[in-house]
Amino acid sequence: MRHIISILLENEAGALSRVAGLFSARGFNIESLTVVATNDSTLSRMTIVSIADDGIIEKIVKQLNKLIDVIKVTDLTATEHIERELLLVKVNVNQQTQVDINKQIDAFSCKLVDVSEDIYTIELAGKSKKINDFLANLDASKILDVSRTGVTGICMRNRNLTKGA
Amino acid sequence: MKLNGAQILVNSLKSEGVKHIFGYPGGAVLHIYDALNACDEIEHILVRHEQGAAHAADGYTRASGKCGVTLVTSGPGITNAVTGIATAYMDSIPMVIISGQVPSALIGNDAFQEVDAVGITRSCVKHNFLIKNINQIVNTIKKAFHIATTGRPGPVLIDIPKDITIATVEPKPYPNSVEMRSYQVPSRADSAKINAAADLIALAKCPIVYSGGGCIIGNAYQELRAFTRQLGFPITQTLMGLGAYPATDKQSLGMLGMHGTYEANMAMHDADCVIAAGVRFDDRVTANIDKFCPNAKIIHIDIDPSSISKNVAVDIAIVGDVKLVLSDLIVKMKTKFIQDISLWWSQIDQWRSVNSLAYQTKLGIIKPQTVIETLYEVTKGNAIVTSDVGQHQMWAAQYYHFDQPRRWINSGGLGTMGFGLPAAMGAKIAKPELNVACVTGEGSIQMMTQELSTMLQYATPVKIVNLNNGYLGMVRQWQEFFYEKRYSMSYMDALPNFVKLAESYGHIGIKVEKEQDLKPALIEAFKQKDRTVFLDILTDPTENVFPMIPSGAGHHEMLLAGRDEMASMNDDGLNLV
Ligand SMILES: Cc1ncc(C[n+]2csc(CCOP(=O)(O)OP(=O)(O)O)c2C)c(N)n1
Ligand SMILES: [Mg+2]
Repeated sequence: MRHIISILLENEAGALSRVAGLFSARGFNIESLTVVATNDSTLSRMTIVSIADDGIIEKIVKQLNKLIDVIKVTDLTATEHIERELLLVKVNVNQQTQVDINKQIDAFSCKLVDVSEDIYTIELAGKSKKINDFLANLDASKILDVSRTGVTGICMRNRNLTKGA
Repeated sequence: MKLNGAQILVNSLKSEGVKHIFGYPGGAVLHIYDALNACDEIEHILVRHEQGAAHAADGYTRASGKCGVTLVTSGPGITNAVTGIATAYMDSIPMVIISGQVPSALIGNDAFQEVDAVGITRSCVKHNFLIKNINQIVNTIKKAFHIATTGRPGPVLIDIPKDITIATVEPKPYPNSVEMRSYQVPSRADSAKINAAADLIALAKCPIVYSGGGCIIGNAYQELRAFTRQLGFPITQTLMGLGAYPATDKQSLGMLGMHGTYEANMAMHDADCVIAAGVRFDDRVTANIDKFCPNAKIIHIDIDPSSISKNVAVDIAIVGDVKLVLSDLIVKMKTKFIQDISLWWSQIDQWRSVNSLAYQTKLGIIKPQTVIETLYEVTKGNAIVTSDVGQHQMWAAQYYHFDQPRRWINSGGLGTMGFGLPAAMGAKIAKPELNVACVTGEGSIQMMTQELSTMLQYATPVKIVNLNNGYLGMVRQWQEFFYEKRYSMSYMDALPNFVKLAESYGHIGIKVEKEQDLKPALIEAFKQKDRTVFLDILTDPTENVFPMIPSGAGHHEMLLAGRDEMASMNDDGLNLV
């Protein structure tokens, strides 16, 4: 199953390599990883998507908790949460394909962030699934470049990632 | 008065109560050595190889419970120490390693003797630090000792660039304690878990206590003894746990696992309740996991949540300090009635009567088992015994009956040949009042013989018991059993003359070739209180370690010496090491 694991950790040099090293040393899989400082600049938030059965996810969470730099680990998938990912994609457009691409842009509520003679740069934020669906609906031969941020997420309502349980 | 970084570092170690440092100098740590030179409170032991420094600090820790300290230079200094660090890490031994680093401004430039020490050691330390500022020194050292010695202990490395040891600053006082928001140590366990465990224990008809290195590292032996005796339960100990519970006590079934006793492994297999205390269900212990304790409810006490249900799913997981958890259980069990387990004991006595450690003697040939038995007799079971890795290690564990903790010192997790001699030196420095023996093999000893020189310089008299079978015996045994006797690269030709080797280092060397000379030689060696004695004992080159659970088999499928044909291993078994 796909899990989104949110990690609050000290914003120190080397903290990222400890987490990444743990995943590779123990053979855990990483689908995506994002990391950036929080509003408190001494802390970073890392969000990892991993596909594994629950037993492995439990091991991942325990091993992450063991790292000295890690303050809190939350399996977002086990709670009500919101996940988002940002896509930037460049596609080739011409007179024949334009109509169809515009239709997709509308259907997925994408933003057109740059338009040149024959290239559209499109932005889409949403769940990974939505981004996958959008990309699948484009004509693959027209896609020039894809860049995705990987997933970030947050717990809903009173549950917090930073403080308390 | 301003002090330089090196002086602040040495003062911090002093405040931490450090009395000994095992190390080796080099360019990046010259300032630290200069500061050490002016410090009378700390004795520095100049080893001959940085791996020896790490193993010696490790042996020092294991013998005394005090956190050992290693100091090495940048580049090859730290890379040489890595095997020793990994050895300590695998056995959860606290240690602080200080490595010099090239000056901050050169880091990342492939400077002379630069390696990424933090990167190289990351996967074999509990934590590591690169000091970036002179003002971080005191806090980093405080944190390093705190992290190394608390929770599930382990080695912590501090990498310090040379410029930081040279810079000067008005020193800050050494802190008494340290707060880390990201590091909390579990202590007392949840009382609901204690109650649930007590309920389960009270119902057990075939219980067994399975205890390990955690009971030694966590100084929980008194509690382990009280708990086991209060209940009258049988107890088996892992290779790492030997001595926490006295081996000669009637409730002790000896070691379990691959070369454990028949009664210990059979009792594990047939138990209905396993109380696992400070153990990690290592693959050498569990044998085939699918056949492990098929009928048992398992209670697992461990300070490290990541150990729990890592290899074996358990029924009751108690995360906490094993010493506190056992003392809580002792109190709780006083309020409970337990089952009559006399039938279980009669079953165990039947298994015991198999006498699985019996071995055949041969006229004119010294059996390695006899050597260990004689060593036990001559030292009255009171010595600290370190070992290297191989058959001799298993015989030492099987035939030297440890009644006290911190007397048996071996590399169980990493299985590092070369560990024994420097570890013995460290142990002797920590416990000068005790006899220290290093049980080794002609293969292992050659990985660290240079430390014989250190042992002369610092007058650390150790008795080296070399079970010289002319083979990398443990490798030869596996080749005999599982590779149709194709002895590929396991015969050791061109051995040195160990007697002369010892003598050239200023020690005493004795060669023992006949069984009747064995005991007198051992007695003579231990009479030489102030000397290191190298006993080169020619033992049966064909002897194998029994009993044995071949890889892929279960606890109930042990092979006994002289009684079972070595079954060929199945394919799954061959995949294992
Ligand atoms: C550093 C290292 N290299 C290789 C091994 C693999 N190994 C395990 S036991 C052994 C043989 C040890 O031979 P010896 O020290 O003579 O002991 P014996 O088994 O003969 O008692 C070897 C090579 C190891 N454990 N450590
Ligand atoms: Mg040998």
